[in-house]
Amino acid sequence: MPESTLPAPPGCNEALAEKVLTAFLREETSKVGFSRAVLGLSGGVDSALVAELAAQAFGPENVLGLALPHRNSAPESLELGKEAAEHAGIQFEVVDVSAIADAHASAGNLDDQDRLRFGNILARIRMVALYDRSAKDGSLVLGTSNKSELLLGYGTIHGDMASALNPIGDLYKTQVWALSRHLGVPLGILDRPPTADLWEGQTDEEELGFTYQEVDALLHRMVDQRFSRKALLDAGFARDFIEKVEGIVRRNQYKRRPPLVAKLANRTINLDYRYARDWGN
Amino acid sequence: MEFQAALCQTKPALGNLDQNLSSHMEWLEKAAQEGADLALFPELSLTGYLLRDLTQEIALPLDADPVKDLVARSRDMSIVFGLVEESPDHRFFNSAVFAEGGEILHVHRKAFLPDYGIFEEGRYFASGNQIRPIQSRLGKFGLLICEDAWHLSAGWLQFLQGVDAFLIPAASPARGIDTDENEMSSEASWRTLRSGMAMFFQAWVLHCNRVGFEDGAMFWGGSGVVSPSGRLEAEAPGEEEHMLVQAISGEPVRRARLQLPLLRNARPDLIRRQLAQILEDPDALKGAEAGDDA
Repeated sequence: MPESTLPAPPGCNEALAEKVLTAFLREETSKVGFSRAVLGLSGGVDSALVAELAAQAFGPENVLGLALPHRNSAPESLELGKEAAEHAGIQFEVVDVSAIADAHASAGNLDDQDRLRFGNILARIRMVALYDRSAKDGSLVLGTSNKSELLLGYGTIHGDMASALNPIGDLYKTQVWALSRHLGVPLGILDRPPTADLWEGQTDEEELGFTYQEVDALLHRMVDQRFSRKALLDAGFARDFIEKVEGIVRRNQYKRRPPLVAKLANRTINLDYRYARDWGN
Repeated sequence: MEFQAALCQTKPALGNLDQNLSSHMEWLEKAAQEGADLALFPELSLTGYLLRDLTQEIALPLDADPVKDLVARSRDMSIVFGLVEESPDHRFFNSAVFAEGGEILHVHRKAFLPDYGIFEEGRYFASGNQIRPIQSRLGKFGLLICEDAWHLSAGWLQFLQGVDAFLIPAASPARGIDTDENEMSSEASWRTLRSGMAMFFQAWVLHCNRVGFEDGAMFWGGSGVVSPSGRLEAEAPGEEEHMLVQAISGEPVRRARLQLPLLRNARPDLIRRQLAQILEDPDALKGAEAGDDA
């Protein structure tokens, strides 16, 4: 597809998004009696953005960024995580998860080829560390999954997808970049190719097989604007790309929903026992 | 018509009737201090919006104590507040009560229930079947709840019945960030709508939208008063609780209708004939949702 006809990814009014998301964090936290937050800092742009928003919402002294490196993590991840914390002005600590992750790997008889299993173990150990810290500090865990990742299922259920509140889950990756630039997130973080850093040299876009520019342009039209198949084709998206992305989104729906409960009674939790989470607040 | 209106841009707690009732009393105290003759609260101001199964649990018959307390407070100041109304036959309505002189003068039951996008009102509420004006000591009012206003036919019925001002309690969540404007796209639509209503119906529009978050969705506030020429006279700030006080008078209504006699030339007889023909023609509404009565 020539550059000139490439459909554009969604825009984002950065000033408005900043205002709404900081208000969201402040209100949805204070109404359940909390005023502090903790998040994992991966050295990537998503967590750097959440750190900026949280610093604004709670005051930087009330936000803790935890770097949770494994001995095989890229050293750059730790450096950029620290830089993100410094720019946001939030508290920063490092908790090395090598020993506990390796113990899990050994208990589960993982070999070097089990990269996916080990990646999931790492993501879930980090979740445990964040939730334990939140219990100690009386804070809430902030999520850092963006809308592109959530739709594509590019995350670990009960791992990096776990949080109490996620301020960026309705922003596509390209919008995360735009808002991060607007908030002055350091260039080293903005320019780094997105990576889960679960193994050496891993990048999101290589693993997914397309760029965020491409897929965000498609997802925005498919999900938000509800383009028909014909309209997507007319907009210039290739049929196999559309079908591939549709399939990925559909296959990963389970990750975006609570577990299924077998229905027996007249009122079943989340099926027809339906209350907002903010019930009473 | 000369009066002071106080638009109470509140942040109701979801499903917490006691807290909301006492906060209403505080707002009314403040409105009285501001010299208000009319206090207007947002949609479902006593209950919060995203009620789901709370709808039936938090519903009140019109003779319930919290309703009586608020109505009793209306001896010197007219009050419009929102609640889930349980009718004697156990249907549940998204209602707004207009209280005046210590009595209920009118109850509007929301007639157009949104059940698309994040809205689920069609699942829980029965829809109202009356679009009638309120003859108050202050003037003649058309009370429409949020989505009602999007159906211009509802506003037009009030217009035909001679209202001077529309009272629109609302609970409108902000959405649409892919925009160059300084507002989410749903806010922009509402601002256009309320100005358009004022202009086409040559009446004041008092739009009181709530603030606060419920399950991640932000109600954007921005309550406003639009004059009968379509001009925004006053607007509350976006995201915080605020009391917007504005003087309302009959003179701009008269001037607008002298300049452009839209009401005189409205031709309701023509509309009725055409509507009857359209509803009787089996092909005329093909593809449209004609409703149960069609």
